[in-house]
Amino acid sequence: MNKVSKDNFTQEKYKYGFVTEIESEKIPKGLNEDVIKLISKKKNEPEWMLEWRLSAFKRLENMSVPKWAKAEIDEIDFQDLYYYSSPKDFKEKPKSLDEVDPKLLETYEKLGIPLKEQKVLAGVAVDAVFDSVSVATTFKEKLNEIGVIFCPISEAIQKHPELVKKYIGSVIPVTDHFYATLNSAVFSDGSFVYIPKGVKCPMELSTYFRINASETGQFERTLIIADEGSYVSYLEGCTAPMRDENQLHAANVELVALDDAEIKYSTVQNWYPGDENGKGGIYNFVTKRGLCKGKNSKISWTQIETGSAITWKYPSCILRGDNSTGEFYSVAITNNYQQADTGTKMIHLGKNTKSRIISKGISAGKSSNTYRGLVSFHKKAKNAKNFTQCDSLLVGSECKANTIPLTENSSNSSSIEHEATTSKISDEQLFYCMQRGLDAEEAQSLIVNGFCKEVLQKLPMEFAVEAQKLVSISLEGSVG
Amino acid sequence: MLEIKNLNVTVEEKQILKNLNLNIGKGEVHAIMGPNGSGKSTIAHTLAGKPNYNVDSGEVNLNGEDLLSKDPYERSLNGLFLAFQYPIELPGVTNASYLKQIVNAHRKSRKETPIDAGEFLKILKEKSKLLDIPMDMHSRFVNAGFSGGEKKKNEVLQMDLLNPSLIIMDETDSGLDVDALKTTADAINKLRNDERSFIIITHYLRLLEYIEPDYVHVFQNGSVIETGDKTLASRIDQEGYS
Repeated sequence: MNKVSKDNFTQEKYKYGFVTEIESEKIPKGLNEDVIKLISKKKNEPEWMLEWRLSAFKRLENMSVPKWAKAEIDEIDFQDLYYYSSPKDFKEKPKSLDEVDPKLLETYEKLGIPLKEQKVLAGVAVDAVFDSVSVATTFKEKLNEIGVIFCPISEAIQKHPELVKKYIGSVIPVTDHFYATLNSAVFSDGSFVYIPKGVKCPMELSTYFRINASETGQFERTLIIADEGSYVSYLEGCTAPMRDENQLHAANVELVALDDAEIKYSTVQNWYPGDENGKGGIYNFVTKRGLCKGKNSKISWTQIETGSAITWKYPSCILRGDNSTGEFYSVAITNNYQQADTGTKMIHLGKNTKSRIISKGISAGKSSNTYRGLVSFHKKAKNAKNFTQCDSLLVGSECKANTIPLTENSSNSSSIEHEATTSKISDEQLFYCMQRGLDAEEAQSLIVNGFCKEVLQKLPMEFAVEAQKLVSISLEGSVG
Repeated sequence: MLEIKNLNVTVEEKQILKNLNLNIGKGEVHAIMGPNGSGKSTIAHTLAGKPNYNVDSGEVNLNGEDLLSKDPYERSLNGLFLAFQYPIELPGVTNASYLKQIVNAHRKSRKETPIDAGEFLKILKEKSKLLDIPMDMHSRFVNAGFSGGEKKKNEVLQMDLLNPSLIIMDETDSGLDVDALKTTADAINKLRNDERSFIIITHYLRLLEYIEPDYVHVFQNGSVIETGDKTLASRIDQEGYS
């Protein structure tokens, strides 16, 4: 195969691998107090925010990276990274889209996320984050009319300090673990959402994260608060250029649901996974946690994980409010040399709390795919219930799948149901479908989509079809 | 339309088909009978292109084209349909979406647009009725938990939807009770026309009483030892193969 056609082939497999040629402004490499002060200054932050960051940094000095994940991770030199990168001349967020650099608009257009008003996705408000800054947010005014706040977190820190102060770090403590603490020290941008009492947010809220600059870590921070009786559905998407180096993405996402509120959080993670030999790709070390603070509240995580060289994330629910519900629906696909160690924690604290876990792991190539989960019932969690189902599907014979479900039970009136299956796409199934006219890839994609349909159906309509295609594309080249 | 010349096939290092010759003309119905292990199913799988069925020598032409160089899906798109003896289960894939997808694969190869959902439903209702298949079967997963009869009917339904020119039925009658056999045979008879050929592999006379073959071939040790008309099937039914 000559070079040109091979490149074309790879390009087709990961079509978001392009680089936007835009001059970026970075602060010097390295992790120290000066860098943190500089980030805070760039963001025009109040003093309390800087102090919060610095306290996190102090704790970080005595912490080390967690090593327990079932993944082989190259040592990361945290002094050799850029912690802040923004498009040059991006002093202040543009007031309107007319002021946004056309190159940025073009980038998002190419990613299938049009930001121009006349083209925006109907019914979906988008916050576009490019490296360390939010470059545009659509439908902001419309949402403002009903009191919904949807803006970059850097803006929320200035305009809604009382809300940020109250809730930031309330679900993921500053000292949680190395990457969460690192994020607290150096986070750059991400989205902030506040849904006022009794408001059902009328449109999907969505953040699209794009890493563009090289040797740069992305440390986004997202905070979503659903006040009493409110509802919001939020979706995040992410892509990055193809580069030979590994890039770090360490995000913190905190959700708070008060009495009778519901948050539905969906992720379509498609960071660059590295090439077919395992070179390059994103290290996706993410901390996501939701607090069902109020009674009858509900938090539901849905994730489609197809990208990244290494994925390491456990979107969790702390079920503090009585009668609250936590859900986790996951499809994790690994191909070539990708490694995924993902799952959830359901911490039952309140009475009559319920949780449901449906995890579908698909491994192909030489990849490794682990489900790791914890269901914990505390003493006061009377009549708590959990249902867990973990299914693994193997494609080929060189991949690995593991299931590590842990339970802790201090409540004697609770119940846990656990089901797990491991299956393989059989040659008989492929031959049967091919006999009816489907080629090998179509046959495999039919079977795989059937395997994870239960989870794909949980995605907002606008994205379900896209996710289905993504599932098929991620496994390309793994047949035969 | 189908010419098999001196075909030798090995499966797992064992030669199963030995110098097989068979010609099937347009619109003809050929029955293949024979004891277990005589190579009946092997011919079905070889024609459909199942992996590990190794063709050592010989030629097969379907509608003037070399069949053996084609992938299994291309053979399907070229009009070859194999009704499986043991249809395969596809958990998670609903029958309706599966049927629609295979219909669309064939439409695509004819450069036609995907079928409209409403139109597909109408056709599915019509053809299901013919086979006495309840519509709720289509919201279940393909063949998963289907009874033996349901699986076989589902094969015949796919045969009807894909409009093939050569139909190979591998013991379609096994697992069917008398009523289901009658319904299925009626549906198959409706598919008979001057353009479409059939190879019916069976152990029993009873299917051939409903679907009258033009020729009956007796298989033994991987080749045809006797060919006759439908009376040969009756004779075998009474006297056995020896």
